[in-house]
Amino acid sequence: MAIAGSPSAAPQLHVLAVDDSLVDRKVIERLLKISSCKVTVVESGTRALQYLGLDGENDALGFDSVKVNLIMTDYSMPGMTGYELLKKIKQESSVFREIPVVIMSSENVLTRIDRCLEEGAEDFLLKPVKLADVRRLKDFIVKGKVKEGEKRSHKRIRSIDCSSPLSATCSPMSLPCDPSTSLLSPLSAKKARL
Amino acid sequence: MDTNHSRRQLAAMKQSLFDQGLLDEQFIQLEELQDDANPNFVEEIVTLHYRDSSRLISSIEQALKERNLDFNKLDTLMHQFKGSSSSIGAKKVKAECNLFREYCRAGNAEGCMRSFQQLKKEHAALRKKLEAYFQVSRV
Repeated sequence: MAIAGSPSAAPQLHVLAVDDSLVDRKVIERLLKISSCKVTVVESGTRALQYLGLDGENDALGFDSVKVNLIMTDYSMPGMTGYELLKKIKQESSVFREIPVVIMSSENVLTRIDRCLEEGAEDFLLKPVKLADVRRLKDFIVKGKVKEGEKRSHKRIRSIDCSSPLSATCSPMSLPCDPSTSLLSPLSAKKARL
Repeated sequence: MDTNHSRRQLAAMKQSLFDQGLLDEQFIQLEELQDDANPNFVEEIVTLHYRDSSRLISSIEQALKERNLDFNKLDTLMHQFKGSSSSIGAKKVKAECNLFREYCRAGNAEGCMRSFQQLKKEHAALRKKLEAYFQVSRV
């Protein structure tokens, strides 16, 4: 996750934006950069899947694969529509289906909106997308990440409390200071010898 | 002194474009995305728009020459044109696009041709006015 180290630092979201219109790509990129997001823009659903490593070409580059916190896609695109891209992502049985997907469209068609939301879209934005829309979206995603982080740290604390006496939980850090141990960094090995 | 004058001139030009119904709120939204690091963002976007839209106009022109009009194709092309126009706040041009699409959906060839002529006029007129606007903004 593209989140800064310290828990108090504001997380930087990585947004993947998909739009076949060059003008719209430039605008959404600017909107996101101004909102302090890391942005990757692509021109089609196919390219988006390639970027995520979901195109079946090469197995996603392991856990080094691209981390994306949000996908914003145009609805009407030649080839693969935004709706089709949404479906493909939500069909993934992995981390990818967890990524929130937002649909952007210039057409305010209720049936279209319903269909997208039913398929799992996080939100449906009317174009042209405004700065206020992006800010609202970002706040929502960040809140979700914070909650997720809190849940995870609570889990960790709980498991430490429940574990047996420390000597039994052989973690590298609890081993006696042996300079020859390869687990220790050269610097701490030096310190141990002093 | 000079910059104050051109700033006032710029504001007047912009107001006029709004008063004539040629631009809408989206143009202001784009201006808010400008800063010291990106001082010409609006002009860049508008330039990209005119590059895109010129290409689309040619395609639509070609499509309108066909013996049997492909209204689906025309509607798709116009949808793209409308989207691009909407993104720069081209209010009147956007309205002409909607009219054209209505004629498409009604299968009205005559209506399409007529509204397309009008659309081209509006498109060219706005382009000229925006060029003048950016020229003053660069002073």
